[in-house]
Amino acid sequence: MQISNHQGGGLILLSFIVAFMLTVVPLPEFMQFIRPEWSALVLLYWCMALPDRIGVGIGWIVGLLLDVLTGTLLGQHALAMTVIAYLIINLHQRIRIFPLWQQAAIIWMLLNLYQLLLLWFDGITGQPPKGLQFWLPPISGMILWPVVFILLRRLRRHFKVK
Amino acid sequence: MTLDHRQQHMQSLRAGLSLLIAPIEFLVDLPTDLGRWITESLSTRQTLLEENTRLHSQNLLMQARSLKNADLEAENQRLRELLGSSLKVADRVLIAELIKVELDPFKHLVRINKTQQHGVYLDQPLLDAHGIMGQVIETVPAHTTVRLITDPGHSIPVQVSRNGLRTIATGTGKINQINLPYLPNNTDIREGDLLVTSGLGGVYPPGYPVAHVTEVNHVAGEEFAQIKAEPTAHLNRSREVLLVWSGEHIKTLQQVTQSDREGQRADQ
Repeated sequence: MQISNHQGGGLILLSFIVAFMLTVVPLPEFMQFIRPEWSALVLLYWCMALPDRIGVGIGWIVGLLLDVLTGTLLGQHALAMTVIAYLIINLHQRIRIFPLWQQAAIIWMLLNLYQLLLLWFDGITGQPPKGLQFWLPPISGMILWPVVFILLRRLRRHFKVK
Repeated sequence: MTLDHRQQHMQSLRAGLSLLIAPIEFLVDLPTDLGRWITESLSTRQTLLEENTRLHSQNLLMQARSLKNADLEAENQRLRELLGSSLKVADRVLIAELIKVELDPFKHLVRINKTQQHGVYLDQPLLDAHGIMGQVIETVPAHTTVRLITDPGHSIPVQVSRNGLRTIATGTGKINQINLPYLPNNTDIREGDLLVTSGLGGVYPPGYPVAHVTEVNHVAGEEFAQIKAEPTAHLNRSREVLLVWSGEHIKTLQQVTQSDREGQRADQ
């Protein structure tokens, strides 16, 4: 695939910027814990839609920026992102033809893995978060997956992102 | 890479990346800023006048109080000289503003808008008008991150202002509670006691209020009492906060501001 065939990089960039903003935008207290991992959702979508373009490398960069944005250990989100990006690229041909709810279930599992890796790092550095609330973001991510998927697919088709 | 970061080697990379992130923070903070600007410009003359008179009377009260303060300070100094102990130098403060972004809900971190260029240093204490808020854990050109005293990974050396009893208060992850886990059952501590910083550890200057004791539980069979306290600082309400320079850090602050001024002169 040649670079000249690529189109619509701006849209991809914009979607990540919006995801970053949603990650830090202030929410009421009870909603803080169910805030989904927006950047992970957007990354998963692009990996699935354009696996030859968005992959482990972009995932790593996005994760690194997310680390700086949220003040976590540098490399923590980056590693988690690379792992889920790798998995979804391996699975993308199967997942693409799944019905939406089945896709959402797979996304839920990937997000759980993502969260588990983050938990692992927090544990190593001595500050494991307590409580089951930690496992809420993958569930809200799963519920929001159809919305993200349909919205981004529409945008992708409209702007002919390849 | 993670290990590298533990030893602060990645600071420059983090600083570079933070510049990429800065516009996002600015955009997220924009609505709050805009809202404040609109209320400010739309408030009527009447409300402004009222606020002005209120602030005026408050100012008068404060001044009267500070008059007494000066006298007390002088007396304190005399007594200290008599005791032969070191002089307590006044601390320098600088007003900073919180950037309205939310980080990890399981950690209590906030961002402020003053950075290295203003002389902010690692481990610097942060206050609001009511007490200690936290300490700086990261300062890069684009922003400064502060860990609040209620963060589960944070502990602060305190003493009970009533009797000088020293102990350590640790964060719980709840925004309105810190714990005193290391006090035996027979300690003299009561509900309502004020905890102030003890100055041990060298991070926080001594004598600033930290929390009020809200609950003392003696559990039979346990070695230590369960003591809860509520921070005096308005941790989730303050927008204007104070950065404190104390002790030898005042000198570095002076150097920074001096080089700033020289730079400005050179510009002219």
